[in-house]
Amino acid sequence: MTDLSADNRTQGPKRKVNLPYLGLLPAWVIMGFALILPIFIIAAVSVSTRGAYGGFDWGVDFAGYRQIIFNEGWSGEMEFTPQYLLIILRTILLAGVTTGICLLLAVPVAYWIASQPGNRKSILVFLVTLPFWMSMILRVYAWMIILGRGGPLPRFLEIFGAQEGLSLMYNDGATLAAMVYTYIPLMVLPVFASIEKLDGTLIEAAHDLYGNRWTTLRRVILPLTAPGIVSGAILVFVPALGAVLEPILMGGGKQMMMGSLIQLQFGGGRNWPFGAAIAMTLLIVVMLVLIVIALRSAQKDREV
Amino acid sequence: MFRKCSFIDNRPALYVLNEHPVGKRIVMISKRCLNFGDSQMSQQTAVGVNDVSKKFGSYQALRSVNFDIRENEFFTMLGPSGCGKTTLLRMMAGFETPDTGSIQLHHQNIVDIPPHKRRVNTVFQSYALFPHMTLSQNVAFGLENLGWGQAKIEARVGEMLERVHMQDFASRKPAQLSGGQRQRIALARALAPEPKVLLLDEPLSALDLKLRQAMRDELRSLQRDTGITFVFVTHDQEEALDMSDRIAVLGSGEVQQIGTPSKVYEEPANKFVADFIGETNFLDVDVLESSGTSATIRTPFGQVITVPCASAVPHGKATLSIRPEKLNLGDQVEGVDFEAKVVKKHYLGGYTHYLLAVGGAEIRASRRNASRAGDDFPIGDNVHVGFVENSARVLVK
Amino acid sequence: MKKGHDVKRYPGLSVLSFAFFLYLYAPLFVVILYSFNANRITSVWTGFSYKWYSSALNNDALMAALKTSLTVAGIATVVATTIALLAALALVRGKKVRFRKLSETVVNLPLLLPEIVLAVATLILFSLIGVQNGMLKLVIAHSAFCTPFAFLPIRARLQGMSLDFEEAAADLYASRWVVFRRVTLPLIFPGLFSGAMLAFLISMDDFITSNMLSSGGTTTLPVYIFSLIRAGTSPELNAIATMLIIGSIILATIALSIATRGQSTADQPQ
Repeated sequence: MTDLSADNRTQGPKRKVNLPYLGLLPAWVIMGFALILPIFIIAAVSVSTRGAYGGFDWGVDFAGYRQIIFNEGWSGEMEFTPQYLLIILRTILLAGVTTGICLLLAVPVAYWIASQPGNRKSILVFLVTLPFWMSMILRVYAWMIILGRGGPLPRFLEIFGAQEGLSLMYNDGATLAAMVYTYIPLMVLPVFASIEKLDGTLIEAAHDLYGNRWTTLRRVILPLTAPGIVSGAILVFVPALGAVLEPILMGGGKQMMMGSLIQLQFGGGRNWPFGAAIAMTLLIVVMLVLIVIALRSAQKDREV
Repeated sequence: MFRKCSFIDNRPALYVLNEHPVGKRIVMISKRCLNFGDSQMSQQTAVGVNDVSKKFGSYQALRSVNFDIRENEFFTMLGPSGCGKTTLLRMMAGFETPDTGSIQLHHQNIVDIPPHKRRVNTVFQSYALFPHMTLSQNVAFGLENLGWGQAKIEARVGEMLERVHMQDFASRKPAQLSGGQRQRIALARALAPEPKVLLLDEPLSALDLKLRQAMRDELRSLQRDTGITFVFVTHDQEEALDMSDRIAVLGSGEVQQIGTPSKVYEEPANKFVADFIGETNFLDVDVLESSGTSATIRTPFGQVITVPCASAVPHGKATLSIRPEKLNLGDQVEGVDFEAKVVKKHYLGGYTHYLLAVGGAEIRASRRNASRAGDDFPIGDNVHVGFVENSARVLVK
Repeated sequence: MKKGHDVKRYPGLSVLSFAFFLYLYAPLFVVILYSFNANRITSVWTGFSYKWYSSALNNDALMAALKTSLTVAGIATVVATTIALLAALALVRGKKVRFRKLSETVVNLPLLLPEIVLAVATLILFSLIGVQNGMLKLVIAHSAFCTPFAFLPIRARLQGMSLDFEEAAADLYASRWVVFRRVTLPLIFPGLFSGAMLAFLISMDDFITSNMLSSGGTTTLPVYIFSLIRAGTSPELNAIATMLIIGSIILATIALSIATRGQSTADQPQ
């Protein structure tokens, strides 16, 4: 009698446990098939050789990675070429500067939105979110018009004596302008969320204990909104590293980033192993960033 | 071969074997009938908790708990937070599974029966009224799942809403209700399917004081009218004392005492119960002699007296529990008496609470302000204090 | 109004914020304004005209691209939302799920990795296993990267929903399926809806993956717009952009208002 009921009990939960795994199955299948497996394939392609008619042939050869640093001459001699390294550095730099500018803009704006009365606050949050719902390519295109020859900004500068027919396009500055513009909602929203959670009496307490606005900002507000700032920084930095549209449209052919370089190799360039090697490099940079942040936040959790 | 030949209260009681091969008439009495016969004295068991233990991680929430809840009673599980009372209630509802032991509903082990197949309903602490359904849809929900006919459901919903005086709100949504109204709907919803047992998880805790008092009366009369067994969980001793037929006092995962409200208050089984229910003074005493029901002790003030005790207390150190209101002051003194000094006093209108110092101990006494004169003992004065022996109680230290 | 000394107020913030919103919206207004320019050269304003709108609406290639995008986004939304709903239910409501953290990371993987890498990855995969059907390629890839966008709002809604409701339903004799259909599903609907909406939008908006995978017959709207941009800015492009911007605003308003309305109905005290 007692044995029987014990048996039933172990069977009861077992049936329940299967259901969650069943629910997760489709997610694992599609991610496994469309993401995880292909990433292993990229890794394999990055060490393959270039096919005669585009594509690739299986093999183990680090030509793709070598090409990032060296230029192989006709006779097989290796010559150091910094051009691709410069692209990698420019990518990291531009993504970093984008993140920095977004942060500088987002913290005060998010703070201001959080301090608004209820109804106006939700309208402002909606207004920050709205551009994110619009096509990215159109948002970049808008900046092409603004900065392009005869656009509003060059015209404005012409009033102050800039030469006629000025174009502000096709340089890193143009790329940066479009990147900040496209990614900033991703920074404002998480920062706003953590500022809004901030207990207002903490600010009052800081002032009560003789802290001025600057001290309060530095020692109370910023530390307490750090989680929002960190997640906003990730949300901006990671896609900025992989930016494709901005460098292609704003930077022109010369001012490439890793994303546009990869795009080129799988499009016109037709050097798949090299493109795959760049893609792997990009992936590794992103992973390193995420791991460093994860480790730091884990460390912080331990300290607290 | 068998033929039912008599009924007692609509229950098949006696089975008579008519044509036995031997030819004698043998009367077989069913087991259930025997139980029923018993229950003429002690009522039948509605819920049986047998040897139930539960661990959450490394935290032992329940340690082999045993008790029976009788049919038609208002049974309260009372204890501080974390004592395991809610876990027990959730086990009866089917949301938790005991690690060991069994929960029985009318003598049937229900541990393996999922919540939706148990004829038990719950009034949740948060009420858990479905926010997307109207009140009548909420009340009808259980009946629909039981497969009742449409007409029958409508009649029952109307009846239940009327019973909790909410018939005019039938098509409202829960968000439009006050706390007390939500409470009534939660009750109506849980009672509509006529459960064998109604489980109530601190249903009054979200209400304000005045409403809580009114709801106590309402709950009590609802239980009497329906005759359904109520199992009520609370941490509020006043609620428990006021409403219950019997109270199970739980502490640190164990049943400390089960009994009627006056029993657990007047005759606490141990220090935990004496301390948790009501206020009391604990005095260190020496046990000189003890039987199972009373003990002869020496008080800190030197007197030797004989007072009741919960169980056999060993010789040596023990604790004497005496409630503040059992200590009489001044002219009201009877029984054992001694002198004490007034240290503090709190005037509360109907009562005055005194903090008294005696023989290095501090004791609290509460005095009903029956007449203005003679009720005022100034701080610093000595006062005559006394208590009747059988209003105190010796507990194991 | 008396200003007093409000410690929570920092000077200059409102001016900065006003400038910020101007920065956010001015470029869009420039596009909208230029779309009404009668002159073929975008930057030279000659007069007000609707003609670019009618020429955009009569552009067959544009309409074909729009149709492709809507089909891909429609299918991908249904697939991604279903996958996301199942995964969220399993992760939030499932008891004793092993590898919970890992599964959550896998569902959110498209958010963690640069899209260009994923685009390249699927391109190579499809060329390796020889998938020729452009539509199929797009639908599979879009379903995968839209899943986390559907997943996050659904999960948030489920996490915010008290278990009490589901327990109360089970207590009132509802079987698992009835609990899901009559209690869980209606209560998480706002999350489900905004998740589906987001997935749809992300799919409609996608350029990087679609550009990698699209072939002759399966040009999506962003890919088509990209080809127009490469050909040079034109007032017709501005007209297309304006219509898409207005469409996005309408969709976003509907989606967000449903999501917030859902929030207020769940305002039951705990």
